[in-house]
Amino acid sequence: MRALAATAMLLLLLASPGPAAADSLMPAARWANVQLPDADQERRAKALMETVRCLVCQGQSVADSNAEMAGDMRSIIRERIQAGQTPDQIRGWLISRYGEAISYAPQLDARTALLFAMPLILLLAGFWLVRGRFRRKRKA
Amino acid sequence: MKRVRLVLWVPLIAFLVCLAVFAAGLGAPQDKTTKSALIDQPLPQFTLQPAMAGRPGLSTADFRRGQPMVVNIFASWCIPCRAEAPQLEQLARRGVPLVGIAIRDRPQDLAQFLATYGDPFRAIGADVDRRVQLDIGSAGVPETFVIDGRGVVRHQHIGVITDSDVPAIVAAWEAAR
Repeated sequence: MRALAATAMLLLLLASPGPAAADSLMPAARWANVQLPDADQERRAKALMETVRCLVCQGQSVADSNAEMAGDMRSIIRERIQAGQTPDQIRGWLISRYGEAISYAPQLDARTALLFAMPLILLLAGFWLVRGRFRRKRKA
Repeated sequence: MKRVRLVLWVPLIAFLVCLAVFAAGLGAPQDKTTKSALIDQPLPQFTLQPAMAGRPGLSTADFRRGQPMVVNIFASWCIPCRAEAPQLEQLARRGVPLVGIAIRDRPQDLAQFLATYGDPFRAIGADVDRRVQLDIGSAGVPETFVIDGRGVVRHQHIGVITDSDVPAIVAAWEAAR
């Protein structure tokens, strides 16, 4: 009897989420874990979700996260796609609320121009450093 | 030739600069908070149904009546929200008008939460699908915003309000007047 009670307690403990994953008692949002009926819309929504940062577990995208808030974000993204918004519009809306950090796809603008140009700058700098070697080779 | 040799040191120096930047970054304390980008921006348009029967709901119009307000984003299922209940009472006692946005809450759970931990709110809106929370740039519960009398967001406090946070929130509320 005591063994049975202990097993039941253990199962209960295993089944109940820890405080770190505190979730509400309400069911998941309409489109949190349900694909859109239109395959093309779903593809666009999924692509966007994969580049939107989860606010609760910051190393993950909302597409990968099991957090309830990520589910709510997926649902809102699918809803907005279904309503005809473009992924860029939705990303713009999220950035206007949370800043650039919410997006895993940095936009090319004045602040990020140096970042995007860096590979080319470094390559040119490398050629410039070894330019003497090329010259000598040609002479020989 | 001499000049070329000096130039050859550039990659190493660049590497050491990068190393120093990364080392400093690794040592810096981790900041996991995401701040709202709506500070000093007007509140988005929203209308929330009352979270409990017999109590008012919450809409953007409530924040445009000339009086600055403090809005607490909370939930009955959020454990840390219990810890800040005394500090919210303290704000209410100091005359700060408090309203609440309850995230994904059921009326019965909310009623029990308020009966247990106190109810300093003038109105509580029910944000059942986090639509309003996301629209004001809040990244979790609890969070607290100070809104001025024209409906412009002036201050955000992320996480539990401790005793030492109360003066800053009161100051932000007074500055918004």
